[in-house]
Amino acid sequence: MLTILFDGIAYGMLLFVLAVGLAVTLGLMNFINLAHGAFAMAGGYLTVFAMQKLGLPFLACLPLAFIVVGLAGALLERTLYRPMYAKPHLDQVLFSIGLAFMAVASIDYFVGSSQQNVQLPEWLRGRTEIGDGALLLGMGHYRIFIIAVCAVLTVVLQLILSKTRFGSRLRAAVDDPRVAAGLGINVNVVFLATFAVGSGLAGLGGALGAEILGLDPTFPLKYMIYFLIVVSVGGTSSITGPLAAALLLGIADVAGKYFIPKMGAFTVYLLMIAILLWRPQGLFTRKGGR
Amino acid sequence: MQNAAKDFQAALLHKARWRPWEFAVWLVAFALPLLVPSHSLMVNEIAIVALFAMSLDLILGYAGIVSLGHAAFFGFGAYAAALFAKLVMPDPTVGLAVATLLSAALGAVASVTILRGSDLTRLMVTLGTALLLLELANKLDWLTGGADGLQGVVMGPVLGLFEFDLFGRTAAWYSLSVVLILFLLMRRIVHSPFGATLKAIRDNRLRAMAIGIPVASRLVTIYTLAAAVAGAAGALLAQTTGFASLDVLAFDRSADVLLMLVIGGVGWLYGGIAGALVFKLLQDWLSAVTPQYWMFWIGLILVLLVLVGRDRLFKPWTWFGRRA
Repeated sequence: MLTILFDGIAYGMLLFVLAVGLAVTLGLMNFINLAHGAFAMAGGYLTVFAMQKLGLPFLACLPLAFIVVGLAGALLERTLYRPMYAKPHLDQVLFSIGLAFMAVASIDYFVGSSQQNVQLPEWLRGRTEIGDGALLLGMGHYRIFIIAVCAVLTVVLQLILSKTRFGSRLRAAVDDPRVAAGLGINVNVVFLATFAVGSGLAGLGGALGAEILGLDPTFPLKYMIYFLIVVSVGGTSSITGPLAAALLLGIADVAGKYFIPKMGAFTVYLLMIAILLWRPQGLFTRKGGR
Repeated sequence: MQNAAKDFQAALLHKARWRPWEFAVWLVAFALPLLVPSHSLMVNEIAIVALFAMSLDLILGYAGIVSLGHAAFFGFGAYAAALFAKLVMPDPTVGLAVATLLSAALGAVASVTILRGSDLTRLMVTLGTALLLLELANKLDWLTGGADGLQGVVMGPVLGLFEFDLFGRTAAWYSLSVVLILFLLMRRIVHSPFGATLKAIRDNRLRAMAIGIPVASRLVTIYTLAAAVAGAAGALLAQTTGFASLDVLAFDRSADVLLMLVIGGVGWLYGGIAGALVFKLLQDWLSAVTPQYWMFWIGLILVLLVLVGRDRLFKPWTWFGRRA
């Protein structure tokens, strides 16, 4: 019982780190980015290669994935994404699906379609068990590590958003980009930085999650729906919304697959449709219907 | 006053009038299985996806609903037709009608999901519906054959007269006839006052509501209709290939049909036909060159299409000018 809850939380935390960048992009510029998973995949592959070819330790690869993917995100934002903000949603969807397709095919071409594995260091491979019977809590060390990293990241993100000058600028830009620009906030730079951090986080999430989610070229398409569920159910007005949605999704998915394996992902999709019918703007949102 | 009203009416009717080239298009389409008998299967396939793209155009181009899960109805129609032929009776026309009606019913049920919320919400629920059906078809393997697909579908002759042949000539004519009939129906609908109210909803929902258009019931109607047409397209595919597999419900199919429609142009029924034609020929050509990496080229086409601007694709003289 507790083990499932624990695994679900670890899974949910991972999904949160992967999807938070998407939440910010959607909330800030109202931009639907279906290629977000491609950044996560880039982080995962980067880690695999840095470890196999360069022999870097796993812990060094995580910041590397964050920085490199973040820089790539900034570059793409400046060159490709920015003209898309003013376009209708249909164009954004087509554009980002196109990018995701290209990423999938390129990885397939350069690396091959087989599943890649991350070699975890020795100290992350074990498993600790506490209690017994129905209350048995088995914790994989790697999952503890993921929860710790993601919790720290969440707290840091929340602090940046609520305490720093950049955070208040970002929130102002989210609420009303035009007025924020009128107050002298350079919305474009704020957005560039946020997009870079968001894609960097996706890269980090991809690096962390390569072990649990599996890493193959179809990663962006396979998990696109999960990221979108987190964002659309959680709402885009805060980061606590997506966090709660990610945890809910993680626990529901793990529990669903454990207790009713015949249903598979069915439960998750059904739940999402029901929630969106009930609250079309997401569960945790301040905004009314728009 | 009277004259002004007449002028408006004349202008609207003028738009709905048949052009000479439209007759030519359909004549050529029906002559194709005779002209290039070896490509009948291809003609059949293009006719089917063109119908599918036109059904998406009804909701995307005319009502402004962005859907990433239109394959739900296509796949549902395909499975319905295949199962009907296998379990009840092999007559294609009856099967087609049954599959179309069932898809319409599914569309009516699913239409409640697209009435509220933003574009993102709609994207999610349409995508969710398609995934739900895909998962269902995968899990109910005693009925649908699961991942192996539904095999052993034997079709009777069309109208009891024309047997399906190996070269797909009957199939092509059968599909083309169905496409033509449904096209005439859709053409009539989008040029009717009903179609005009749909465009009003697409352009400004609030204003449409204010002038007394029943937005919700219009959207339900057109979504149901689009689902029915998509279901018919799926049924045609299942009947002419004698096979239904999970890929009729897959995400790729929804994305492909969106791409086709966008290549051809939204808000224009011939856009679906033109897009299907271009897309299938491109696919044929590119898969011959690089079979594995077709997805890359599709992605590149999408990106370029959006960067250049959808409405300017077929107007090369506007590519390098200042943006409007």
